[in-house]
Amino acid sequence: MLNPFENDERRAFQDSVRKFMETEINPYVDEWDEAGGYPHEVNEKVCALGVFGFDIPEEYGGLGFDDMHMRKAVGLEMGRSSAGGVMASVGARSIMLKPLTELANDEIKARALPDLLSGKKGGALGITEPGGGSDVANIKTVAHKDSDEWVLNGQKMFITGGMQASYFVIAARTGKDGMGGISLFFVDADTPGFTRTPIERKMGWWASDTATLYFDDCRVSADNLMGEENKGFYAIMNNFNYERFLMAAQMTGMSMRLFDECVAYAQDRETFGDKLISHQVIRHKLADMSARIDAMDAYLNQVAEIVNRGENALAEISKLKFYCSTNLEENASAAMQIMGGAGYLRGNAVERIYREVKVQAIGGGSEEIMRDLSVRLMGI
Amino acid sequence: MKILVPVKRVVDYNVKIRVKPDQTGVDLANVKMSMNPFCEIAVEEAVRLQEAGTATEIIVVSVGPTQAQETIRTALAMGADRGILVKTDDDLEPLGIAKVLKAVVEAESPDLVILGKQAIDGDNNQTGQMLSALLGWSQGTFASELGIDGDKVNVTREIDGGLQSVKLSMPAIITTDLRLNEPRYASLPNIMKAKKKPIDEKQLAEYGVDAAPRLEIVKVAEPAEREAGVKVETVGELVDKLKNEAGVL
Repeated sequence: MLNPFENDERRAFQDSVRKFMETEINPYVDEWDEAGGYPHEVNEKVCALGVFGFDIPEEYGGLGFDDMHMRKAVGLEMGRSSAGGVMASVGARSIMLKPLTELANDEIKARALPDLLSGKKGGALGITEPGGGSDVANIKTVAHKDSDEWVLNGQKMFITGGMQASYFVIAARTGKDGMGGISLFFVDADTPGFTRTPIERKMGWWASDTATLYFDDCRVSADNLMGEENKGFYAIMNNFNYERFLMAAQMTGMSMRLFDECVAYAQDRETFGDKLISHQVIRHKLADMSARIDAMDAYLNQVAEIVNRGENALAEISKLKFYCSTNLEENASAAMQIMGGAGYLRGNAVERIYREVKVQAIGGGSEEIMRDLSVRLMGI
Repeated sequence: MKILVPVKRVVDYNVKIRVKPDQTGVDLANVKMSMNPFCEIAVEEAVRLQEAGTATEIIVVSVGPTQAQETIRTALAMGADRGILVKTDDDLEPLGIAKVLKAVVEAESPDLVILGKQAIDGDNNQTGQMLSALLGWSQGTFASELGIDGDKVNVTREIDGGLQSVKLSMPAIITTDLRLNEPRYASLPNIMKAKKKPIDEKQLAEYGVDAAPRLEIVKVAEPAEREAGVKVETVGELVDKLKNEAGVL
């Protein structure tokens, strides 16, 4: 569908990312998924495209500008690659870059940002705990001040990119119960008292490194407190918007890939003496998929433009995320029906995306939380 | 050292080509276009020579419609310094292109012209060689390796049955083969920088060359579809089929 916000740079950038994915990622997705990991240099190759540097000053290796349409292009092409696990791992840094850039002190920024943006080192954000992820206001990990240090105790769970990461942004309770007592900390992976174990055997995202993080009297300098004490909740909520927008774009790209895969298959496969694509039941499924994809795409464009213009789009982003995940689920289901047995075999994009629907519907804010949040933000 | 890199806008290599129903050519309506892959290799090689400190300026030239500017912009995002678009809506043959390039070379005086061995649309594989003949310059075609040595350039050529090493005196023409390098992907910072790099727009007529076509396209058709093979029971049957059906014996 025609994108009314396209211009030469946005198109050139999307073309470049797409070509990269088609050449450097697509041919290896199955292999990496089965292996449960990917070569480290992939981080550097993806980062070299400049896909994570939005809104980060050039002195730290960032782009020095922001553009939601370009952020959308990144998500779309990551999603279209069907390499959800690889992109989740590589992209894990993207959700800790914003708080790092805005809240960390200059020494930490100068040390960590160039490494993270070049892909030399990994980063991860630690919010979710064994006791729950959606209820951010009630996290249990604590940090208490001991002279000029903070001492962290607790656990973080389902931390994407957590095994590779060298740098973490961790949410911990520093004050009273609820949202007003949470602070953010910068933690180096080699800090004494910090350990981690991999979480394996996931439904999808096989190539991604997901971790449980443990903090046992993990001491960090007072300078590692990011931003104001007890003001971390607002930073977390603000940060989620970019993650959710990126996920919505990924889900749209995943849907585009599903559509292309099953059109190609239906054009080739013959049933009842005719090509699959000529059967009305299949054609109607494709029409529905295509209409849903156009709607997701247009919604993304609209939200991107609103944010670009500096307007508040918090409710819209919440709605966008669950709108995309419910549509992705329908698209994945329709695509699987069109592919039939061929789709059910391991090692094809439709099967992989089908397994990755739920991580998109749950991670970064579950559909239930997104619905609740959006009506609340609308003042209802 | 100054390098000129001619680039061509072609149908993207991923696109499934469709022939127009009236068989006059390939259907280009709503088809994704991008830089010819061999041209990308040429740009990449020039950029590497610049990064190595050997080349001082890279000029990219394209002869084609207004949209060819996008192709030039891609080359600028890969690292070239400036562009020249010679505008024409006509579909020029290699000889016409070579004549235009000769005029550009005379105006810009590059030490090297690096270009793709062929474009994936016409597959002509002629422009580099014709340019070499028109200029009277040395040529190293189908390069898989290239090294600058003072005012000479060492080229490893991919030829039937092996590799051939030649030493050329500059100025020279190089045409690139697939294995010369792996072109980089334009990064976002470089795409934004490319926006500010100059592209000089010229009209074909300004060069005063006779670029009229020498060939007449009679018909463009899809290649015959491959048919399934057959199994033969005996050698006798095979010989019979070769003789009477295939007509090759």
